[in-house]
Amino acid sequence: MIRRPGRLALLVLLLAGGGLLITGALRDTLTYYRTPGELLTHPTAAGERIRLGGEVVPGSVRHDGGLVLFRLSDGGHEVAVRQRGMPPETFREGEDAVVEGRLGTDGVFDADQVVVRHGNEYRPSAPAPEPSDAR
Amino acid sequence: MMRTSIVELTVDSPQGAAARRTTGWTAAGLAAGAGLAGGLLAPADAMQGPAQRLMYLHVPAAWVAYLAFAVVLVASGAHLLRADARCDRFALAATEIGVVLTALTLATGSLWGHLVWGTWWAWDPRLVGTALLFLVYAAALALRRALAERAGVPPYGDPRVTRPVAVVGIGGFVLVPVVHFSVRWWRSLHQQATFLAPEQPPIDPRMALALLLAVAAASVCATWLLAHRVVRLQRRLDAARAAQGRRPVRSDPRRPAPVG
Repeated sequence: MIRRPGRLALLVLLLAGGGLLITGALRDTLTYYRTPGELLTHPTAAGERIRLGGEVVPGSVRHDGGLVLFRLSDGGHEVAVRQRGMPPETFREGEDAVVEGRLGTDGVFDADQVVVRHGNEYRPSAPAPEPSDAR
Repeated sequence: MMRTSIVELTVDSPQGAAARRTTGWTAAGLAAGAGLAGGLLAPADAMQGPAQRLMYLHVPAAWVAYLAFAVVLVASGAHLLRADARCDRFALAATEIGVVLTALTLATGSLWGHLVWGTWWAWDPRLVGTALLFLVYAAALALRRALAERAGVPPYGDPRVTRPVAVVGIGGFVLVPVVHFSVRWWRSLHQQATFLAPEQPPIDPRMALALLLAVAAASVCATWLLAHRVVRLQRRLDAARAAQGRRPVRSDPRRPAPVG
């Protein structure tokens, strides 16, 4: 049994947690990522940390030392991405990904985090699995 | 022909116990079927691999949590309108089930996100909304305890405790449609719904079968737990009132707790 002050403290903690989530997170949460088109038409102030999402352009993935280079596309716009560190295993060309980082002065997006965005379609693997072309 | 309603399921009688037992075994059978279908029959997803099987835990947990909060909404409303203490016990039991299932949704979703997205957590509308849902209903449980302690009464059965809690239970439901439609209203990392989508995207029929079985199993299991909890709460309240020397609400002799 939790003592009475403990319970009140727990209630306050839960409410404060909720308030913190709402105020702190909602700003960035409602637009979780920007698209390449938005980034190109409204370039962010240099150094502003944003998330960028789009389809990993097939054939664009290259590995260069600890860097992974690829392009993200959406609605005909493309942005080149320079990712530091390995993307997750599910990262594939032709699938969606969201990267987090800053747009560099050379127009290349410097990312240090990449997450894979998958759709709501579920299919069994093909009998002969395709070779992983992402790595 | 078995015709049981949720009210019959919560009657503290041999018939009620038998109905609860039947519900429990139905849940176990459906869960076994869902386990076999999800673990063996359904193929692993082409893009996500075996991690996609977490869907058979994550989606039922989320859907049944929504259902539980809908029960909280209806029972809390009925409690406020009709001052029926029984409705409050339904609301309490459903809140507990919903909070546990929301925690399970967050846990399985986090693991699934780690395996497929490459992150345990993202500040995404669906994820933040689900966390808020958890906090609001956990706060309703905490509020119930705090008010009961302050008034020196049991956490259920006293309107000074149950009425404010019912208001929280009703208000919290606003979040359910927000969470459900968050993936349509806002740009999200989380994928869209598959079954509850306006246009159904393709899903392998074996995966669909496993998912529907898992949702059915979770729904029946939650109903079973709800019925048990409501009966247990009623008994505890009766025992407390009898101990206080007041008029017992029910007069039938105490029987050992039937299982089922």
